[in-house]
Amino acid sequence: MAERAAVVGIGQTRYKSKRQDVSMAGLLREAVDRALADAGVSFDDIDAVIMGKAPDMFEGVVMPESYLADALGAVGKPMLRVHTAGSVGGSTAIVAASHVQSGSFRRVLAVTWEKQSESNAMWALSTPQPFAVHLNAGAGGYFAPIIREYMRRSGADPNTGIRVAVKDRRHGARNPLAHLQLPDITEQEVADSPMLWDPIRFLEACPSSDGACAMVIAAEDALSGDKPPAWIQGVAMRSEPTMYAGREEVNPQAGRDCAADVYAQAGIRDPRRELDCAEIYVPFSWYEPMWLENLGFADEGEGWKLTLSGATSLDEGGDIPWNCSGGVLSSNPIGASGMIRFAEAARQVRGDAGDHQVPGARKALGHAYGGGAQFFAMWVVGADRP
Amino acid sequence: MSEDVAVMQAPVYLQYHFTAGRAPTRFLRRLKEGVLSGQRCPRCSQVYIPPRGSCPACGVATEEEVILSDKGTVQSFTIVHIPIPGNPIDPPYVVANIVPDGANISFIHLLSECDNREVRIGQRVEAVWRPREEWTWAMENILYFRPLDEPDVAVERIGTLPVTGLEG
Amino acid sequence: MRDIAIVAYSQSPCVADAGAANEVELIMPQLQAVYAQVGIDNAQAVDFVCSGSCDYLQGAAFAFVAGVDALGAVPPIKESHVEMDAAWALYESVLKIRMGHADSALIYGFGKSSPGELPTVLSQRLDPYYLAPLWLDTVSLAALQARLLLEQGRVSERQMAEVVQRSRRNARANPLAQLAGDPSLDDLLAEEPFVAPLRRSDCAPVSDGAAAMIIATVEQARTWGVPYARLTGIDHRMENHNPCLRDLTRSTSTRQAAEALGVSDAPVDVAEIYAPFSHQEILLCEALGLGQETQVNPSGGVLAGNLMMASGLARVGEVFRRVVAGEARRGVAHATSGPCLQHNLVAIVEGA
Repeated sequence: MAERAAVVGIGQTRYKSKRQDVSMAGLLREAVDRALADAGVSFDDIDAVIMGKAPDMFEGVVMPESYLADALGAVGKPMLRVHTAGSVGGSTAIVAASHVQSGSFRRVLAVTWEKQSESNAMWALSTPQPFAVHLNAGAGGYFAPIIREYMRRSGADPNTGIRVAVKDRRHGARNPLAHLQLPDITEQEVADSPMLWDPIRFLEACPSSDGACAMVIAAEDALSGDKPPAWIQGVAMRSEPTMYAGREEVNPQAGRDCAADVYAQAGIRDPRRELDCAEIYVPFSWYEPMWLENLGFADEGEGWKLTLSGATSLDEGGDIPWNCSGGVLSSNPIGASGMIRFAEAARQVRGDAGDHQVPGARKALGHAYGGGAQFFAMWVVGADRP
Repeated sequence: MSEDVAVMQAPVYLQYHFTAGRAPTRFLRRLKEGVLSGQRCPRCSQVYIPPRGSCPACGVATEEEVILSDKGTVQSFTIVHIPIPGNPIDPPYVVANIVPDGANISFIHLLSECDNREVRIGQRVEAVWRPREEWTWAMENILYFRPLDEPDVAVERIGTLPVTGLEG
Repeated sequence: MRDIAIVAYSQSPCVADAGAANEVELIMPQLQAVYAQVGIDNAQAVDFVCSGSCDYLQGAAFAFVAGVDALGAVPPIKESHVEMDAAWALYESVLKIRMGHADSALIYGFGKSSPGELPTVLSQRLDPYYLAPLWLDTVSLAALQARLLLEQGRVSERQMAEVVQRSRRNARANPLAQLAGDPSLDDLLAEEPFVAPLRRSDCAPVSDGAAAMIIATVEQARTWGVPYARLTGIDHRMENHNPCLRDLTRSTSTRQAAEALGVSDAPVDVAEIYAPFSHQEILLCEALGLGQETQVNPSGGVLAGNLMMASGLARVGEVFRRVVAGEARRGVAHATSGPCLQHNLVAIVEGA
């Protein structure tokens, strides 16, 4: 029943730890102007603006979409602000798509961003509350025990995380927009990097970046631009509580259900065989093998073997390359990170991914997660009209 | 006049009067007495600590208070190598997910008085409290947890021990 | 396009301080109330859930994540959140139903503003480079707007007092209202200025609380066998941010949304308008094209109680209740957001 919709324009900023050369609005416009140009349209052709970002406290501006409305050409139009924690980049793309898929709009602009250098993100997330100890251990402190439990149950090779850290940085070196440019990174360097939250080493964790990502999503009768559209073949979101008794934290059911939903919409039975590549939210290297299992690319306990086999590496000619753009491990403007995954999946099926293009890619998965690995957003995009 | 200024500091201060919630307030009052407490879901019978006022799995309000042990089991852990701002503890130190006996869910706390290399999933631990006169309405009343001389708990039994612990 | 029905609505009492209750404890009673109206057990019985809230109200990042603990989201549910008034969560849910990815949706909004100083907190919503450093609070901005209207003779202080008087009187029939009574116009006009030219009674109170709603396709509403009203239109528009860049004496975006929906194409029996300041109700009625035949804010409106992040949804809910009760055949609901009515949403609710 949903109307067909496609990505016709993509724009991203250069990702960097501190973008002091631009204001918040300037940062967004860098991505938005590129997306509009890519789609061959102007603000006049946009019917609605959908903006997403992670908590307002990252920049210290309350509901910043109010201030950004002018710069985003939203005056006189509907404008929506999405916030679903770390998955928000993906959810924003999905909410934007729903504007078109509902038949209510012909062409919309979706944009997500984070300018963490404007504030102190670590502080923003650790306002003390008395019913928990104040350890300021951050996201790494939260996810490290879950990774440890994965290692215990799968008996994974302890070098798996190191392999992913190297692979994604080498991918990132093919992407001129990536924050970390480490073309010569070695496994030894990763192994020797400081241990932060055991088993997570410094080079196994994502950076903190400023950046923005924008997309133009259009209805079938409003396609534009010189490049082929990336057709949206399925969209799905799932949420579960942060903690409940007996919760499966290593392989969350919300992720499994979300994947099953999006695959069913896109007619996918075997994701490893039927998808050509995937952009998956991997902020800590060990999340690659964990999500390989959660998303059905490998059986439970087998994800790490797939990683070690080189199947997810573009450099090694793997059959199912993951995060050819360098992924979250190479660039992490939190609120935008999910949309970058969705946009990079679209770039692949448009054949427009430059040096990190997977040859002949026709179908790709974009994935985002957030909170305590409890909020999931996914889409499948393809070169073929659904 | 310098043309190079890119950033200026402009701190923003907003003051809030924090309220914990009705269920967390009961929890904090017990903590002031040196007691860990949780609340039981009327539908699925699972015991939550700290209680937030609902069973997140069932979406129903919780009311029944359950007194818990200050002994527990390590569900998982990490060894942190970054110092905590304003905390005298030296890295590396262990942060563990600990399930207290009688509860079905873990909370995060420090694990100390141990060899970091010996910490393991399923290990038995107990709370080390601050001196009684320092107790307040905060989880910091517990300085940290330390290992107990008891056999490890099998992984599938973690999160299911009664308030009486292993013997139960 | 699929016809959408509103089937249930509930709102907490507006109170200045909800005391110890946290967000989950504020939300749960309203969820239970809308479940009971439809005859379902929990959020598992709807296809989509969307909420609206603002982290800065209570001063904690990810405050909305706690809201999920009220839902019973095991097994996992389809859920989303807007950092906006829940009226916009309703908008997102409508799109989800229109595209066929849901036949029903639960919407809720919540806010606990009492822990902070709301007007000051919202000053940090302004342009961070040019306006926020001035700490211009929301009341002062609205006072600038009122001054313009008064100076131009578009509104008189007596008309503003009449808006307040009608709100207080209507609120006497609303057990959930925070402020109700029967003040005389002379008493209201004798009040000392608060932030001139605004008097305290011209400003909405700050309230803690939550509201929830369930919508569905008309087919699903019939399956449930509950009375429903039809949501026949919903639109929203944005304006320039900087108050100096727009004509503050008109609500252009409200007029754009109202015209797009055809509000004036048929009689409007009742309107619930989100006007946090008395003068704004006058200019919003004008922008919506409402005439004498329309009963405005029979609930007392937000001058009688203002649940931040839920008041917009509550306006839709109040119109729904009157349409379902047969008190009105066609009603209009309005929601606003941002300094001096920057962003406005209009919805039309009609009888089944």
